[in-house]
Amino acid sequence: MATICNVSEEKALEIKKLQFTYASADEPSLKEISMPIAKNSVTALIGPSGCGKSTLLRSINRMHDLYPGNKYEGEIIYNGRNILDAKEDLINLRINIGMIFQKPTAFPMSIMDNVAYGLKLQGIKNKTELKDRVEKALTDAAIWKEVKDRLKHDANGLSGGQQQRLCIARAIAVEPEILLFDEPTSALDPISTQGIEELVTELKEKVSIVIVTHNMQQAARVSDYTGFMYLGELIELGKTEELFVTPAEKLTEEYITGKFG
Amino acid sequence: MTKIIDNIFANSTRLIAITVLFITAWIFTVLFQESLLSMQTFGLDFVTESKWAPNLEKFGAFAAIMGSVISTFLAMVLAVPVAIGVAIFLSEIAHERLKAPVGVSIELLAAIPSVIYGMWGLFYFVPIIRDIFGGIGIGMLTAGIVLAIMILPFMAAVTRDAMNTTPDILKESAYALGGTKWDVIRDIVIPYSKAGIIGALILALGRAIGETMAVTFVMGNVHKVSWDLTQPATSIPVTLANEFTEADTDLYFSSLFELALILLVISFTIISIAKFYFLRRKRSV
Repeated sequence: MATICNVSEEKALEIKKLQFTYASADEPSLKEISMPIAKNSVTALIGPSGCGKSTLLRSINRMHDLYPGNKYEGEIIYNGRNILDAKEDLINLRINIGMIFQKPTAFPMSIMDNVAYGLKLQGIKNKTELKDRVEKALTDAAIWKEVKDRLKHDANGLSGGQQQRLCIARAIAVEPEILLFDEPTSALDPISTQGIEELVTELKEKVSIVIVTHNMQQAARVSDYTGFMYLGELIELGKTEELFVTPAEKLTEEYITGKFG
Repeated sequence: MTKIIDNIFANSTRLIAITVLFITAWIFTVLFQESLLSMQTFGLDFVTESKWAPNLEKFGAFAAIMGSVISTFLAMVLAVPVAIGVAIFLSEIAHERLKAPVGVSIELLAAIPSVIYGMWGLFYFVPIIRDIFGGIGIGMLTAGIVLAIMILPFMAAVTRDAMNTTPDILKESAYALGGTKWDVIRDIVIPYSKAGIIGALILALGRAIGETMAVTFVMGNVHKVSWDLTQPATSIPVTLANEFTEADTDLYFSSLFELALILLVISFTIISIAKFYFLRRKRSV
Protein backbone atom coordinates (compact mmCIF):
# COMPACT_ATOMS: atom_id res chain seq x y z
CA MET A 1 0.00 0.00 0.00
CA ALA A 2 1.18 3.47 -0.78
CA THR A 3 2.53 5.80 1.87
CA ILE A 4 0.76 9.14 1.63
CA CYS A 5 1.83 11.93 3.94
CA ASN A 6 -0.49 14.41 5.54
CA VAL A 7 -0.74 17.80 3.96
CA SER A 8 -0.73 20.60 6.51
CA GLU A 9 -1.86 23.27 4.04
CA GLU A 10 -5.35 23.70 2.70
CA LYS A 11 -5.97 21.38 -0.22
CA ALA A 12 -6.25 22.74 -3.73
CA LEU A 13 -7.37 19.41 -5.06
CA GLU A 14 -7.97 15.91 -3.80
CA ILE A 15 -7.57 12.86 -6.01
CA LYS A 16 -9.54 9.85 -4.81
CA LYS A 17 -9.08 6.33 -6.17
CA LEU A 18 -8.45 7.61 -9.69
CA GLN A 19 -8.24 4.96 -12.39
CA PHE A 20 -7.60 5.95 -15.96
CA THR A 21 -7.71 3.74 -19.06
CA TYR A 22 -6.66 4.85 -22.55
CA ALA A 23 -9.02 4.01 -25.40
CA SER A 24 -6.51 1.68 -27.00
CA ALA A 25 -5.56 -0.15 -23.78
CA ASP A 26 -7.14 -2.99 -21.82
CA GLU A 27 -5.30 -2.29 -18.59
CA PRO A 28 -5.70 0.98 -16.71
CA SER A 29 -2.69 3.28 -16.95
CA LEU A 30 -3.44 4.77 -13.54
CA LYS A 31 -4.42 2.43 -10.72
CA GLU A 32 -6.44 3.68 -7.74
CA ILE A 33 -4.42 6.81 -7.18
CA SER A 34 -5.31 8.86 -4.11
CA MET A 35 -3.45 11.99 -3.16
CA PRO A 36 -4.00 15.55 -2.01
CA ILE A 37 -2.55 18.57 -3.82
CA ALA A 38 -1.60 21.26 -1.33
CA LYS A 39 -2.64 24.84 -1.93
CA ASN A 40 0.05 27.41 -2.77
CA SER A 41 2.72 24.75 -2.88
CA VAL A 42 4.57 22.87 -5.56
CA THR A 43 3.87 19.15 -5.83
CA ALA A 44 6.30 17.26 -8.05
CA LEU A 45 5.56 13.93 -9.68
CA ILE A 46 8.58 11.75 -10.42
CA GLY A 47 9.07 8.23 -11.69
CA PRO A 48 10.49 6.31 -14.64
CA SER A 49 9.21 6.82 -18.19
CA GLY A 50 5.78 5.33 -18.72
CA CYS A 51 4.91 5.32 -15.03
CA GLY A 52 1.84 7.45 -15.63
CA LYS A 53 2.92 10.80 -14.24
CA SER A 54 1.94 12.78 -17.35
CA THR A 55 -1.25 10.72 -17.65
CA LEU A 56 -2.15 11.70 -14.08
CA LEU A 57 -1.36 15.36 -14.77
CA ARG A 58 -3.50 15.39 -17.91
CA SER A 59 -6.41 13.89 -15.97
CA ILE A 60 -6.54 16.95 -13.75
CA ASN A 61 -7.57 19.30 -16.58
CA ARG A 62 -9.34 16.50 -18.46
CA MET A 63 -6.98 16.82 -21.43
CA HIS A 64 -7.67 13.15 -22.20
CA ASP A 65 -11.19 14.12 -23.21
CA LEU A 66 -9.82 15.59 -26.46
CA TYR A 67 -9.36 12.04 -27.69
CA PRO A 68 -12.38 9.75 -27.76
CA GLY A 69 -12.69 6.56 -25.81
CA ASN A 70 -10.53 7.37 -22.78
CA LYS A 71 -12.10 6.42 -19.47
CA TYR A 72 -11.82 7.78 -15.92
CA GLU A 73 -13.00 6.13 -12.70
CA GLY A 74 -12.80 7.53 -9.20
CA GLU A 75 -12.93 11.19 -8.24
CA ILE A 76 -10.94 14.38 -8.41
CA ILE A 77 -12.44 16.79 -5.92
CA TYR A 78 -11.94 20.47 -6.73
CA ASN A 79 -13.87 23.25 -5.01
CA GLY A 80 -16.20 20.67 -3.49
CA ARG A 81 -17.19 18.96 -6.72
CA ASN A 82 -15.99 15.93 -8.64
CA ILE A 83 -14.50 17.30 -11.86
CA LEU A 84 -14.58 13.87 -13.48
CA ASP A 85 -18.35 14.18 -13.54
CA ALA A 86 -19.79 13.99 -17.05
CA LYS A 87 -21.58 17.31 -16.48
CA GLU A 88 -18.36 19.19 -15.68
CA ASP A 89 -17.90 22.33 -17.83
CA LEU A 90 -14.48 21.60 -19.33
CA ILE A 91 -13.99 25.11 -20.72
CA ASN A 92 -14.44 26.59 -17.29
CA LEU A 93 -12.35 23.86 -15.67
CA ARG A 94 -9.43 24.53 -18.00
CA ILE A 95 -9.59 28.25 -17.33
CA ASN A 96 -9.15 27.49 -13.62
CA ILE A 97 -6.57 24.75 -14.11
CA GLY A 98 -3.92 25.86 -16.60
CA MET A 99 -1.23 23.80 -18.27
CA ILE A 100 2.35 24.21 -19.52
CA PHE A 101 3.69 21.64 -21.98
CA GLN A 102 6.96 19.78 -22.65
CA LYS A 103 7.81 22.09 -25.49
CA PRO A 104 7.13 25.82 -25.80
CA THR A 105 3.90 26.24 -27.74
CA ALA A 106 3.81 29.83 -28.92
CA PHE A 107 0.76 30.33 -31.12
CA PRO A 108 1.27 31.65 -34.66
CA MET A 109 0.48 35.24 -33.61
CA SER A 110 2.14 38.22 -31.92
CA ILE A 111 3.52 38.16 -28.37
CA MET A 112 0.69 40.43 -27.23
CA ASP A 113 -1.98 38.25 -28.87
CA ASN A 114 -0.48 35.09 -27.41
CA VAL A 115 -0.76 36.34 -23.85
CA ALA A 116 -4.15 37.94 -24.46
CA TYR A 117 -5.49 34.78 -26.08
CA GLY A 118 -7.09 33.19 -23.02
CA LEU A 119 -8.54 36.54 -21.98
CA LYS A 120 -10.07 37.11 -25.39
CA LEU A 121 -11.59 33.63 -25.28
CA GLN A 122 -13.35 34.76 -22.13
CA GLY A 123 -14.81 37.66 -24.04
CA ILE A 124 -12.66 40.44 -22.64
CA LYS A 125 -12.50 43.07 -25.39
CA ASN A 126 -11.52 46.24 -23.57
CA LYS A 127 -8.11 47.22 -25.00
CA THR A 128 -6.82 48.88 -21.82
CA GLU A 129 -7.81 45.96 -19.64
CA LEU A 130 -6.21 43.49 -22.05
CA LYS A 131 -3.03 45.55 -22.14
CA ASP A 132 -2.84 45.83 -18.37
CA ARG A 133 -3.40 42.14 -17.79
CA VAL A 134 -0.91 41.15 -20.48
CA GLU A 135 1.70 43.41 -18.90
CA LYS A 136 1.01 41.96 -15.46
CA ALA A 137 1.19 38.36 -16.68
CA LEU A 138 4.43 39.03 -18.58
CA THR A 139 5.88 40.74 -15.50
CA ASP A 140 4.90 37.81 -13.29
CA ALA A 141 6.47 35.44 -15.79
CA ALA A 142 9.69 37.48 -15.63
CA ILE A 143 9.79 38.26 -19.32
CA TRP A 144 8.24 41.72 -19.54
CA LYS A 145 11.55 43.58 -19.76
CA GLU A 146 12.71 41.43 -22.64
CA VAL A 147 9.60 41.74 -24.76
CA LYS A 148 7.99 45.05 -23.87
CA ASP A 149 9.41 46.77 -26.96
CA ARG A 150 8.31 44.07 -29.37
CA LEU A 151 4.85 43.04 -28.24
CA LYS A 152 3.60 43.23 -31.81
CA HIS A 153 6.31 40.87 -33.10
CA ASP A 154 5.69 37.22 -33.96
CA ALA A 155 6.08 35.11 -30.82
CA ASN A 156 7.94 32.44 -32.77
CA GLY A 157 10.89 34.81 -33.03
CA LEU A 158 11.64 34.39 -29.31
CA SER A 159 14.18 31.88 -27.98
CA GLY A 160 12.98 28.57 -26.53
CA GLY A 161 13.34 29.71 -22.94
CA GLN A 162 11.56 32.98 -23.69
CA GLN A 163 8.77 31.13 -25.47
CA GLN A 164 8.26 28.86 -22.47
CA ARG A 165 8.02 31.89 -20.17
CA LEU A 166 5.61 33.42 -22.67
CA CYS A 167 3.50 30.26 -22.38
CA ILE A 168 3.58 30.60 -18.61
CA ALA A 169 2.52 34.24 -18.92
CA ARG A 170 -0.29 33.16 -21.23
CA ALA A 171 -1.42 30.57 -18.71
CA ILE A 172 -1.34 32.89 -15.68
CA ALA A 173 -3.00 35.75 -17.55
CA VAL A 174 -6.37 34.07 -17.05
CA GLU A 175 -5.60 33.80 -13.31
CA PRO A 176 -5.96 30.07 -12.77
CA GLU A 177 -5.98 28.54 -9.30
CA ILE A 178 -3.89 25.56 -10.30
CA LEU A 179 -1.09 25.27 -12.86
CA LEU A 180 0.02 21.94 -14.28
CA PHE A 181 3.57 21.73 -15.65
CA ASP A 182 4.28 18.74 -17.88
CA GLU A 183 8.10 18.45 -17.99
CA PRO A 184 8.33 22.16 -18.80
CA THR A 185 12.12 22.26 -19.18
CA SER A 186 12.74 19.08 -21.14
CA ALA A 187 13.34 21.05 -24.35
CA LEU A 188 15.36 23.86 -22.76
CA ASP A 189 19.03 24.62 -22.12
CA PRO A 190 20.36 24.70 -18.51
CA ILE A 191 20.16 28.47 -18.11
CA SER A 192 16.58 28.68 -19.38
CA THR A 193 15.76 25.70 -17.14
CA GLN A 194 17.07 27.55 -14.12
CA GLY A 195 14.93 30.56 -15.04
CA ILE A 196 11.79 28.42 -15.30
CA GLU A 197 12.55 26.69 -11.98
CA GLU A 198 12.92 30.03 -10.20
CA LEU A 199 9.68 31.15 -11.77
CA VAL A 200 7.86 28.04 -10.55
CA THR A 201 8.90 28.65 -6.95
CA GLU A 202 7.82 32.30 -7.19
CA LEU A 203 4.47 31.50 -8.76
CA LYS A 204 3.32 29.33 -5.88
CA GLU A 205 2.39 32.45 -3.91
CA LYS A 206 -0.46 32.88 -6.34
CA VAL A 207 -1.27 29.43 -7.64
CA SER A 208 -1.01 25.80 -6.62
CA ILE A 209 1.40 23.91 -8.82
CA VAL A 210 1.77 20.31 -9.93
CA ILE A 211 4.91 19.61 -11.92
CA VAL A 212 5.85 16.42 -13.73
CA THR A 213 9.58 15.99 -14.17
CA HIS A 214 11.95 13.25 -15.21
CA ASN A 215 14.67 15.08 -13.35
CA MET A 216 14.88 14.24 -9.63
CA GLN A 217 17.17 17.18 -8.87
CA GLN A 218 14.58 19.46 -10.36
CA ALA A 219 11.89 17.96 -8.16
CA ALA A 220 14.14 18.41 -5.13
CA ARG A 221 14.89 22.03 -6.04
CA VAL A 222 11.41 23.33 -6.77
CA SER A 223 8.86 21.26 -4.88
CA ASP A 224 7.37 21.14 -1.40
CA TYR A 225 5.82 17.73 -1.90
CA THR A 226 6.98 14.92 -4.13
CA GLY A 227 5.02 11.93 -5.37
CA PHE A 228 6.85 8.89 -6.69
CA MET A 229 4.95 6.87 -9.26
CA TYR A 230 5.73 3.44 -10.64
CA LEU A 231 3.78 1.33 -13.16
CA GLY A 232 0.64 3.43 -12.87
CA GLU A 233 0.60 3.49 -9.10
CA LEU A 234 1.47 6.21 -6.65
CA ILE A 235 4.05 4.54 -4.41
CA GLU A 236 4.73 7.40 -2.05
CA LEU A 237 3.82 11.01 -1.48
CA GLY A 238 5.95 12.90 1.00
CA LYS A 239 7.36 16.27 1.94
CA THR A 240 10.16 16.72 -0.57
CA GLU A 241 12.97 17.07 1.98
CA GLU A 242 11.79 13.90 3.73
CA LEU A 243 11.11 11.81 0.64
CA PHE A 244 14.57 12.37 -0.77
CA VAL A 245 16.35 11.84 2.56
CA THR A 246 14.30 9.21 4.36
CA PRO A 247 11.90 7.58 1.93
CA ALA A 248 9.29 5.35 3.54
CA GLU A 249 9.02 2.88 0.71
CA LYS A 250 11.79 0.60 -0.47
CA LEU A 251 10.89 1.21 -4.14
CA THR A 252 11.20 4.95 -3.68
CA GLU A 253 14.60 4.52 -2.11
CA GLU A 254 15.79 2.31 -4.94
CA TYR A 255 14.58 4.82 -7.52
CA ILE A 256 16.10 7.91 -5.92
CA THR A 257 19.40 6.16 -5.35
CA GLY A 258 19.50 5.24 -9.00
CA LYS A 259 19.04 1.47 -8.72
CA PHE A 260 16.56 1.60 -11.59
CA GLY A 261 14.96 4.23 -13.71
CA MET B 1 35.56 -1.30 -57.75
CA THR B 2 32.73 -0.15 -55.46
CA LYS B 3 33.84 3.37 -56.19
CA ILE B 4 33.36 2.89 -59.91
CA ILE B 5 29.88 1.45 -59.39
CA ASP B 6 29.04 4.38 -57.13
CA ASN B 7 30.24 6.75 -59.82
CA ILE B 8 28.24 5.08 -62.55
CA PHE B 9 25.17 5.13 -60.37
CA ALA B 10 25.62 8.78 -59.39
CA ASN B 11 26.16 9.89 -62.95
CA SER B 12 23.29 7.94 -64.43
CA THR B 13 20.82 9.35 -61.88
CA ARG B 14 22.20 12.81 -62.60
CA LEU B 15 21.66 12.26 -66.31
CA ILE B 16 18.06 11.15 -65.76
CA ALA B 17 17.38 14.19 -63.59
CA ILE B 18 18.84 16.53 -66.20
CA THR B 19 16.69 14.87 -68.85
CA VAL B 20 13.59 16.09 -67.06
CA LEU B 21 14.82 19.67 -67.21
CA PHE B 22 15.77 19.16 -70.83
CA ILE B 23 12.28 17.89 -71.77
CA THR B 24 10.67 20.89 -70.12
CA ALA B 25 12.94 23.25 -72.01
CA TRP B 26 12.30 21.33 -75.20
CA ILE B 27 8.53 21.64 -74.89
CA PHE B 28 8.88 25.37 -74.30
CA THR B 29 11.11 25.72 -77.35
CA VAL B 30 8.79 23.78 -79.63
CA LEU B 31 5.76 25.74 -78.51
CA PHE B 32 7.62 28.99 -78.95
CA GLN B 33 8.95 28.15 -82.43
CA GLU B 34 5.62 26.93 -83.69
CA SER B 35 3.91 30.05 -82.32
CA LEU B 36 6.25 32.46 -84.09
CA LEU B 37 4.13 32.79 -87.21
CA SER B 38 1.03 33.60 -85.20
CA MET B 39 2.92 36.06 -82.98
CA GLN B 40 4.35 37.88 -86.01
CA THR B 41 0.97 38.02 -87.72
CA PHE B 42 -1.23 39.13 -84.82
CA GLY B 43 1.14 40.53 -82.18
CA LEU B 44 -0.66 41.52 -79.02
CA ASP B 45 -4.00 41.48 -80.83
CA PHE B 46 -3.90 37.73 -80.37
CA VAL B 47 -4.74 38.01 -76.67
CA THR B 48 -7.12 40.97 -76.89
CA GLU B 49 -9.17 39.98 -79.91
CA SER B 50 -11.98 37.47 -79.50
CA LYS B 51 -12.75 36.89 -83.16
CA TRP B 52 -11.70 33.34 -84.02
CA ALA B 53 -12.51 32.74 -87.68
CA PRO B 54 -10.46 30.00 -89.35
CA ASN B 55 -12.15 30.63 -92.72
CA LEU B 56 -10.95 34.27 -92.65
CA GLU B 57 -7.57 33.41 -91.15
CA LYS B 58 -8.36 35.64 -88.16
CA PHE B 59 -7.38 34.27 -84.80
CA GLY B 60 -7.92 35.97 -81.45
CA ALA B 61 -7.54 34.06 -78.20
CA PHE B 62 -9.45 36.42 -75.93
CA ALA B 63 -12.58 34.24 -75.76
CA ALA B 64 -10.59 31.11 -74.97
CA ILE B 65 -8.51 32.88 -72.33
CA MET B 66 -11.60 34.41 -70.73
CA GLY B 67 -13.30 31.00 -70.91
CA SER B 68 -10.43 29.43 -69.01
CA VAL B 69 -10.43 32.22 -66.46
CA ILE B 70 -14.20 32.28 -65.93
CA SER B 71 -14.68 28.51 -65.76
CA THR B 72 -11.78 28.18 -63.36
CA PHE B 73 -13.05 31.08 -61.26
CA LEU B 74 -16.50 29.50 -61.10
CA ALA B 75 -14.99 26.16 -60.12
CA MET B 76 -12.92 27.77 -57.38
CA VAL B 77 -15.87 29.73 -55.98
CA LEU B 78 -17.89 26.54 -55.79
CA ALA B 79 -15.15 24.19 -54.63
CA VAL B 80 -13.09 26.19 -52.12
CA PRO B 81 -15.67 26.53 -49.32
CA VAL B 82 -16.71 22.90 -49.63
CA ALA B 83 -13.12 21.66 -49.75
CA ILE B 84 -12.16 23.68 -46.66
CA GLY B 85 -15.23 22.38 -44.85
CA VAL B 86 -14.41 18.79 -45.74
CA ALA B 87 -10.78 19.31 -44.69
CA ILE B 88 -11.77 20.81 -41.33
CA PHE B 89 -14.17 17.94 -40.74
CA LEU B 90 -11.57 15.31 -41.62
CA SER B 91 -8.69 16.80 -39.70
CA GLU B 92 -10.43 18.17 -36.61
CA ILE B 93 -13.99 16.99 -36.18
CA ALA B 94 -14.52 13.48 -37.53
CA HIS B 95 -14.30 10.55 -35.15
CA GLU B 96 -11.09 8.56 -35.55
CA ARG B 97 -13.05 5.63 -36.96
CA LEU B 98 -14.55 7.85 -39.66
CA LYS B 99 -11.35 9.66 -40.65
CA ALA B 100 -9.69 6.78 -42.46
CA PRO B 101 -12.61 5.54 -44.61
CA VAL B 102 -13.79 9.02 -45.59
CA GLY B 103 -10.22 10.15 -46.20
CA VAL B 104 -9.50 7.18 -48.45
CA SER B 105 -12.70 7.59 -50.44
CA ILE B 106 -11.82 11.22 -51.09
CA GLU B 107 -8.41 10.20 -52.34
CA LEU B 108 -10.09 7.61 -54.58
CA LEU B 109 -12.39 10.28 -55.98
CA ALA B 110 -9.30 12.33 -56.78
CA ALA B 111 -7.99 9.40 -58.80
CA ILE B 112 -10.98 9.21 -61.16
CA PRO B 113 -9.76 10.05 -64.69
CA SER B 114 -11.11 13.42 -65.77
CA VAL B 115 -12.68 12.05 -68.95
CA ILE B 116 -15.12 10.20 -66.70
CA TYR B 117 -16.10 13.43 -64.98
CA GLY B 118 -16.68 14.83 -68.47
CA MET B 119 -18.94 11.97 -69.56
CA TRP B 120 -20.81 12.01 -66.30
CA GLY B 121 -21.24 15.78 -66.59
CA LEU B 122 -22.54 15.55 -70.13
CA PHE B 123 -25.14 12.89 -69.43
CA TYR B 124 -26.11 13.85 -65.91
CA PHE B 125 -25.46 17.55 -65.35
CA VAL B 126 -26.26 18.99 -68.76
CA PRO B 127 -29.97 17.99 -68.55
CA ILE B 128 -30.23 19.32 -65.00
CA ILE B 129 -28.69 22.68 -65.90
CA ARG B 130 -30.91 22.86 -68.99
CA ASP B 131 -34.02 22.26 -66.89
CA ILE B 132 -33.10 24.78 -64.22
CA PHE B 133 -31.40 27.60 -66.14
CA GLY B 134 -32.59 27.07 -69.70
CA GLY B 135 -30.32 27.18 -72.74
CA ILE B 136 -28.96 23.95 -74.13
CA GLY B 137 -27.27 22.90 -70.93
CA ILE B 138 -23.82 22.91 -72.46
CA GLY B 139 -21.83 25.95 -71.46
CA MET B 140 -19.76 27.86 -68.97
CA LEU B 141 -21.89 27.11 -65.91
CA THR B 142 -21.90 23.35 -66.47
CA ALA B 143 -18.16 23.44 -67.12
CA GLY B 144 -17.59 25.35 -63.89
CA ILE B 145 -19.67 22.89 -61.89
CA VAL B 146 -18.04 19.80 -63.38
CA LEU B 147 -14.60 21.35 -62.86
CA ALA B 148 -15.50 22.15 -59.25
CA ILE B 149 -16.58 18.57 -58.59
CA MET B 150 -13.44 17.31 -60.28
CA ILE B 151 -10.94 19.40 -58.30
CA LEU B 152 -12.81 19.16 -55.00
CA PRO B 153 -11.40 15.81 -53.78
CA PHE B 154 -7.82 16.79 -54.57
CA MET B 155 -8.30 20.19 -52.97
CA ALA B 156 -9.89 18.71 -49.84
CA ALA B 157 -7.22 16.03 -49.47
CA VAL B 158 -4.29 18.44 -49.80
CA THR B 159 -5.96 21.01 -47.53
CA ARG B 160 -6.53 18.30 -44.93
CA ASP B 161 -2.88 17.28 -45.16
CA ALA B 162 -1.89 20.90 -44.58
CA MET B 163 -4.16 21.15 -41.54
CA ASN B 164 -2.84 17.86 -40.16
CA THR B 165 0.61 19.42 -39.86
CA THR B 166 -0.62 21.50 -36.92
CA PRO B 167 1.14 19.95 -33.90
CA ASP B 168 -1.23 18.37 -31.35
CA ILE B 169 0.63 20.09 -28.55
CA LEU B 170 -0.22 23.48 -30.07
CA LYS B 171 -3.90 22.62 -30.24
CA GLU B 172 -3.83 21.21 -26.72
CA SER B 173 -2.30 24.48 -25.50
CA ALA B 174 -5.29 26.37 -26.83
CA TYR B 175 -7.75 23.87 -25.36
CA ALA B 176 -5.87 24.19 -22.05
CA LEU B 177 -6.70 27.90 -22.02
CA GLY B 178 -10.40 27.16 -22.29
CA GLY B 179 -10.74 27.14 -26.06
CA THR B 180 -13.63 25.42 -27.80
CA LYS B 181 -13.14 23.26 -30.88
CA TRP B 182 -14.16 26.18 -33.08
CA ASP B 183 -11.76 28.56 -31.29
CA VAL B 184 -8.91 26.14 -31.88
CA ILE B 185 -9.74 25.62 -35.56
CA ARG B 186 -10.09 29.36 -36.20
CA ASP B 187 -7.17 30.64 -34.13
CA ILE B 188 -4.64 27.83 -34.26
CA VAL B 189 -5.21 25.27 -37.02
CA ILE B 190 -6.08 27.66 -39.85
CA PRO B 191 -3.43 30.31 -39.08
CA TYR B 192 -0.77 27.65 -38.53
CA SER B 193 -1.49 25.86 -41.79
CA LYS B 194 -2.50 28.96 -43.77
CA ALA B 195 0.41 28.81 -46.19
CA GLY B 196 -0.20 25.13 -46.85
CA ILE B 197 -3.91 25.69 -47.39
CA ILE B 198 -3.34 28.51 -49.87
CA GLY B 199 -0.75 26.34 -51.60
CA ALA B 200 -3.27 23.50 -51.86
CA LEU B 201 -5.91 25.81 -53.30
CA ILE B 202 -3.51 27.19 -55.88
CA LEU B 203 -2.36 23.71 -56.91
CA ALA B 204 -6.00 22.82 -57.46
CA LEU B 205 -6.42 26.04 -59.43
CA GLY B 206 -3.51 24.97 -61.61
CA ARG B 207 -5.21 21.66 -62.32
CA ALA B 208 -8.51 23.34 -63.11
CA ILE B 209 -7.09 25.83 -65.57
CA GLY B 210 -5.32 23.16 -67.61
CA GLU B 211 -8.12 20.62 -67.39
CA THR B 212 -9.14 19.40 -70.82
CA MET B 213 -11.27 16.30 -70.96
CA ALA B 214 -13.74 17.08 -68.19
CA VAL B 215 -14.68 20.42 -69.74
CA THR B 216 -14.40 19.51 -73.41
CA PHE B 217 -17.56 17.45 -73.03
CA VAL B 218 -19.66 20.18 -71.51
CA MET B 219 -18.20 23.52 -72.64
CA GLY B 220 -19.34 23.73 -76.27
CA ASN B 221 -16.35 25.24 -78.11
CA VAL B 222 -17.92 28.54 -79.12
CA HIS B 223 -15.48 31.46 -79.39
CA LYS B 224 -17.62 34.16 -77.87
CA VAL B 225 -17.35 36.06 -74.61
CA SER B 226 -20.74 36.12 -72.96
CA TRP B 227 -21.80 37.07 -69.46
CA ASP B 228 -24.68 34.64 -69.76
CA LEU B 229 -23.11 31.62 -68.13
CA THR B 230 -25.62 29.20 -69.63
CA GLN B 231 -24.28 29.94 -73.11
CA PRO B 232 -21.77 27.61 -74.77
CA ALA B 233 -18.23 28.93 -74.58
CA THR B 234 -14.68 27.69 -74.89
CA SER B 235 -11.43 27.60 -73.00
CA ILE B 236 -7.82 27.17 -74.07
CA PRO B 237 -7.60 23.41 -73.57
CA VAL B 238 -11.07 22.87 -75.06
CA THR B 239 -10.08 24.76 -78.20
CA LEU B 240 -6.87 22.77 -78.49
CA ALA B 241 -8.61 19.44 -78.05
CA ASN B 242 -11.33 20.25 -80.56
CA GLU B 243 -9.42 22.03 -83.29
CA PHE B 244 -6.01 20.51 -83.75
CA THR B 245 -7.28 17.96 -86.21
CA GLU B 246 -8.98 20.70 -88.22
CA ALA B 247 -6.02 23.05 -88.45
CA ASP B 248 -5.51 23.10 -92.19
CA THR B 249 -3.39 26.21 -92.61
CA ASP B 250 -0.02 27.16 -91.17
CA LEU B 251 -1.45 30.19 -89.45
CA TYR B 252 -4.29 28.20 -87.86
CA PHE B 253 -1.76 25.62 -86.66
CA SER B 254 0.56 28.29 -85.31
CA SER B 255 -2.29 30.08 -83.53
CA LEU B 256 -3.19 26.88 -81.68
CA PHE B 257 0.45 26.56 -80.64
CA GLU B 258 0.42 30.10 -79.32
CA LEU B 259 -2.70 29.22 -77.31
CA ALA B 260 -0.85 26.23 -75.88
CA LEU B 261 2.11 28.42 -75.01
CA ILE B 262 -0.15 30.85 -73.17
CA LEU B 263 -1.70 27.95 -71.23
CA LEU B 264 1.71 26.55 -70.36
CA VAL B 265 2.93 29.92 -69.08
CA ILE B 266 -0.22 30.40 -66.99
CA SER B 267 -0.01 26.91 -65.48
CA PHE B 268 3.71 27.22 -64.87
CA THR B 269 3.25 30.52 -63.07
CA ILE B 270 0.43 29.22 -60.91
CA ILE B 271 2.18 26.02 -59.88
CA SER B 272 5.41 27.92 -59.22
CA ILE B 273 3.66 30.35 -56.93
CA ALA B 274 2.12 27.44 -55.02
CA LYS B 275 5.31 25.40 -54.81
CA PHE B 276 7.92 28.00 -54.14
CA TYR B 277 5.99 30.51 -52.13
CA PHE B 278 3.35 28.66 -50.15
CA LEU B 279 4.48 25.05 -49.94
CA ARG B 280 7.99 25.61 -48.67
CA ARG B 281 8.82 23.42 -45.73
CA LYS B 282 7.70 25.10 -42.55
CA ARG B 283 9.90 24.95 -39.53
CA SER B 284 8.25 22.83 -36.92
CA VAL B 285 7.23 23.90 -33.44
